[in-house]
Amino acid sequence: MQWFLLILVVVVAFWLVGAYNGLIALKNQTINAWKQIDVQLKRRHDLIPNLVSTVKGSMEFEKETLQAVVDARSKAMAGGGVKETAAAEGALSGALGKLFVVMEQYPDLKSSQNVRDLQEELSSTENKIAFARQLYNDVATKYNTKQQQFPTNLVAGLAKAQVAELWEIEDQAERAVPQVDLSLKPKPQA
Amino acid sequence: MSETVNLFEQQAKNRRQTAMWIVLFVLFFAWLGFGGDAALYFGSIDQYGQPHYTVPWIGIVVTAIAAIVVWNSWRRGPKQVLWSVGAVELTNPGTLEEKQLLNVVEEMAIAAGLPRPKVYLVNDPDPNAFATGHGPETASIAVTSGLVQALNREELQGVVGHEMAHIRNLDVRLMTMIAALVGVIVMLSDGMGRMFRGGGGRGVGALLGGRGRKSGGAGMIALVLLVLWIITLILAPFITRLMAMAVSRNREYLADATSGELTRNPAALASALEKIESAEAPTASIKRSTAHLCIADPLGRKANLKEGRLADLFGTHPPMPKRIIRLKGMAFQQAKTAAEP
Repeated sequence: MQWFLLILVVVVAFWLVGAYNGLIALKNQTINAWKQIDVQLKRRHDLIPNLVSTVKGSMEFEKETLQAVVDARSKAMAGGGVKETAAAEGALSGALGKLFVVMEQYPDLKSSQNVRDLQEELSSTENKIAFARQLYNDVATKYNTKQQQFPTNLVAGLAKAQVAELWEIEDQAERAVPQVDLSLKPKPQA
Repeated sequence: MSETVNLFEQQAKNRRQTAMWIVLFVLFFAWLGFGGDAALYFGSIDQYGQPHYTVPWIGIVVTAIAAIVVWNSWRRGPKQVLWSVGAVELTNPGTLEEKQLLNVVEEMAIAAGLPRPKVYLVNDPDPNAFATGHGPETASIAVTSGLVQALNREELQGVVGHEMAHIRNLDVRLMTMIAALVGVIVMLSDGMGRMFRGGGGRGVGALLGGRGRKSGGAGMIALVLLVLWIITLILAPFITRLMAMAVSRNREYLADATSGELTRNPAALASALEKIESAEAPTASIKRSTAHLCIADPLGRKANLKEGRLADLFGTHPPMPKRIIRLKGMAFQQAKTAAEP
């Protein structure tokens, strides 16, 4: 009987350590995934002034579109929680998308090497944000599920686990933003 | 949840299989060495029943060499693979396409949550790609210049996602090891074959015939051993290649599916595969022993197009139409779930 109790205690202790460490690992992964998004967002903020100054001269008639991008950028740089950041960055994506659509109407802009490079950099950063968000949401969902599921939820308090907010696209307007294809190669025949 | 479990299972499986290949490789060489020793031992028994050949030198030396080869393949395998196809690391992107390639690789690394692998270019007009390395930290992705030319951004993403899946599952470790070891076995078998066809065989035969005649039993054993030994040498490259093909084939479907999960755009990989398939020409710079590493068979063998038992045995890759259909099915599923509110 004593042996049985001893074994039980050991098993429970091992489980406790394992569950606790598992939660901590997931927590750090979630934080890291968030940092990844942050890096890319920062990169986009840095690229925008470059783009604006490059196209400003050729786009005299599109002052509002450019101004919208600049405003959205400064709003996005203010930061905040997951929800606010998501909304501000979503608006910035929308403004950039509109700018790219307008730019399509300026052939001399489109053919400029500098602009093409900038466009590639920006669309790549856009993709990186999307993929980083995808990774963050996956990891955060895993973390949330783990800390809510029985029996891991028993150690959730011990590990100071809190439900991580997912990066959701709240804005209906942003969902409606047309998909801008920035690839400079011919489309496949679908 | 199930996805992570699968990932760990897949990684564990690849670790096990890499170990198995190493053990089999060393055992194969031990058999070659000690088998030869045994043949010599039984062949050297004279009419008084006294063996003249007692220390199995060949076995010891050959096994030691095999161990060194394994160690060397492990350490330098990825570099050798890249070197053998003439891949050049892309550090300073010049053209827009090269910048795009680097960006796409970085994007997929972010999607997979891995460090960015090194990117190599192979100067070959046929579209193809492969990944190599020991694991995510030391991995490299190589693509041909033809691939960069032929695919658009989304399709390139699909292909790079496929390679990223191989890296994440640790397929690269197993496949690179196999490439190195199969290369050694093929080389050895070719070399030995040439030696036997020359004059080497006659000497052994004379040795066996001369001494073995007096004591028939031992001579017979020596002869049987020798025949078995030669058969192993002839069949080894064939069998190891078949094994390499089987290993590669199963992993292609999985990597295709993972790519679709990473990009959330399986249709792009499907159209990339269609383009790679229609290019048809063999990838000249990629040799037979590295064929199983690539996204599409670089040799353009017919077996990979057919279905059924025989093709299942001889193709390094599953039939392209099957892969494309599976990816399109995935795309349909994703579109359906996305459309639901």
